[in-house]
Amino acid sequence: MIRVQAAAFDPGAELAAFGRGLGHDTGGIASFTGMVRDGGGLVALTLEHYPGMTERQLEKIEAEARRRWDLTGTLVVHRYGRMLPGEPIVLVATASSHRRAALEACEFLIDWLKTKAPFWKLEETEAGATWVEAKASDDAAAERW
Amino acid sequence: MKLIYFAWLRSRIGLGEERVELPAAVHNVAELIDWLKTRGPGYAAALADPSVVRVAVNQDYVGPDHALAPGDEVALFPPVTGG
Repeated sequence: MIRVQAAAFDPGAELAAFGRGLGHDTGGIASFTGMVRDGGGLVALTLEHYPGMTERQLEKIEAEARRRWDLTGTLVVHRYGRMLPGEPIVLVATASSHRRAALEACEFLIDWLKTKAPFWKLEETEAGATWVEAKASDDAAAERW
Repeated sequence: MKLIYFAWLRSRIGLGEERVELPAAVHNVAELIDWLKTRGPGYAAALADPSVVRVAVNQDYVGPDHALAPGDEVALFPPVTGG
């Protein structure tokens, strides 16, 4: 399931609900929560996105994960708008009968999401606002898969 | 044709979206970018380095050779930084 929303979310509550919705053929759940990091002087982070294309790309990435691994469930929740240091930005969760598929698919989803889903981060500090530049290391991480 | 700009491309160009009539000589994405650069200093600054401009047509990523049609929704934006 894909959700793109402005509202804050509670990763623990999301994971619990995801777990309750899974069949008994599930043997494990892997998850990744991305949070707003204050590397020094960050006041807030604003995520801009491309409504429509964002959901479309996330659905494609989710479908690719389900094609490559035998999964019993997937969940991606991604926020947009203004958020503060420490707040969750994104939650990826994958469930499978066995741990390896769940762990690998979770890592794949966040790596691909970071290089394909149309979101852009604007960092706000006391000095002003600057757009975050894409990292070559993120491209390399996505190309491993 | 509907054009949409995001992130620093939007701030440099100075608007989020616009409707344009393509000149007859513009057939693909690379030609669209070359034409947009001639529309003002904001466009020229935003599109100066094509290696940091990503393009989506009708919400799918495309390359510079992708052919354009009059009803397309074309989005131009920097490399994405979500997650």
